[in-house]
Amino acid sequence: MLEDIFNVVKKRFNDDEDKSAVEKPSLKCPRCQSTITLERYEELRSVCPNCNYHGRISAKERIEITVDKDSFVEYDADMISCNPIDFPEYEEKQQALREATGLRDAVITGEAKIKGSPVVIGVMDSRYMMASMGSVVGEKITRAFERASEKKLPVIMFTASGGARMQEGIVSLMQMAKTSGAVKLHSDKGGLYITVLTDPTTGGVTASFASLGDIIIAEPKVLVGFAGRRVVEGTIKQRLPDDFQLAEFMQDKGFVDMIVERKKMRSTLSHLLKLHGYTADTEVQNG
Amino acid sequence: MDNNKTAYERLALIRLKERPTVRDYIPLIFTDFYEMHGDRYFGDDGAIIGGIARLHGRPVTVIAEVKGRDINENKKCNFAMPHPEGYRKAMRLAKQAEKFNRPVICFIDTPGAYPGVAAEERGQGEAIARSIADFMTLRTPVISVILGEGGSGGALALGVCDELAMLENAIYSVISPRGFASILWKDATREEEASNIMRITAEDLVELGVAETIIEEPLGGAHNDLDKISENIKEYLSNKISEKCQKDIDVLLKERYTKFRKIGDFME
Repeated sequence: MLEDIFNVVKKRFNDDEDKSAVEKPSLKCPRCQSTITLERYEELRSVCPNCNYHGRISAKERIEITVDKDSFVEYDADMISCNPIDFPEYEEKQQALREATGLRDAVITGEAKIKGSPVVIGVMDSRYMMASMGSVVGEKITRAFERASEKKLPVIMFTASGGARMQEGIVSLMQMAKTSGAVKLHSDKGGLYITVLTDPTTGGVTASFASLGDIIIAEPKVLVGFAGRRVVEGTIKQRLPDDFQLAEFMQDKGFVDMIVERKKMRSTLSHLLKLHGYTADTEVQNG
Repeated sequence: MDNNKTAYERLALIRLKERPTVRDYIPLIFTDFYEMHGDRYFGDDGAIIGGIARLHGRPVTVIAEVKGRDINENKKCNFAMPHPEGYRKAMRLAKQAEKFNRPVICFIDTPGAYPGVAAEERGQGEAIARSIADFMTLRTPVISVILGEGGSGGALALGVCDELAMLENAIYSVISPRGFASILWKDATREEEASNIMRITAEDLVELGVAETIIEEPLGGAHNDLDKISENIKEYLSNKISEKCQKDIDVLLKERYTKFRKIGDFME
């Protein structure tokens, strides 16, 4: 459904001086099409050195580079989805994905500290069914907001999603209402919510909690939109410009507050938290 | 009720050009309907209409997705596919209803929010998200009725309510059956198969805890007796609005949140 995942390609590096050609695993940037070795790409935390596209990373890596070491305590780690509309082979597909990714569904939530400031954090992982929102994503995000409200903690959500989880039918659509409702209650109680839009944030997630942050941050060059690019192209019967629905385009249209590079994300979040009074000694209230 | 129709047969039925639209129902259900226009920011969306009316004498706010009855009407209402300004108009009218203590009645009938360039540029996702979040805490009773098609987020934007009713042949789905087949099987021609497994009929939705009430249609469908179906909708709304208006608003809001809060199928 979404075109822009880095395709791993093997490229032969022909070194004129050294005729013994070496083969290094490489990838092609989906934005600028330049080739980069996998090794270099990993060093750069999946950011394209040529065009600065911020590629997809796992939820685990995201948590690692965002929060204080050993501070993350996961919520609802064992929650898994059932099959609300008895969609054929849904359970089998999930079982295979769980084994392949080590994830149980498309979001990881929990409590952590960012430079000492306590937060509730949620991170979506596009490797799991394109981080589509089904019952588990909806429930975990809802609980994260409810717990944050109880404990008077801010929430930071790193969003990524292809949209609703088709295999769960209408039940997945209802997760939009459930999560948005939880955001609204958190917000009405004065709780801070920062959204970080990562690649790609689309469909029902854009049309629910991803668009409801007090502050909306996006990583450079990530895809942000409601309708899929191909659907829109089908509507207007012509090709869209390359920058359509990129973070920069959405900022220009007024829907993104700031575009922040991955290497500056942790310190930016820390400053924003402190500007809202969430400091290292913010007391976590239980109950 | 005629419960023997498959989801696909109902889909065909609600797509009949004889199928009544909200413009047919309004004069038969309400009196003194005054249509209000515009979102006060950008423009007036033709896919969502709204205004003030009386239901059995009681002032109410009516917000509705409107399908066209011919090509000219459809041009004007964009085949009931709203742009962001439609949802923003809806929310403006809903907040006005809250201010003046009027219950809100939403009629849903849309294939989905419009997937176009201008809609994206003006924040289709944000408009729907805001509508969902704000309806959740709107301090006045909200009743939604799906007249025909309840398509995706474009329908849900008017579907966060105290109670959801569906006309007997109406459907409510995460995406159109055609879109579902196209995404999951890469084959849009499997629309019939998709509609029959997606669980989109009124009975399915009641069973899944998404809808509360099914409003009976005349034999063969709503178009066969407009007066009768209008009477059925009116009776339902009158009873329901009276019931909800008697409730303490904080209790009502808690129940509204819980109605959505409990939907989900997971284990841990």
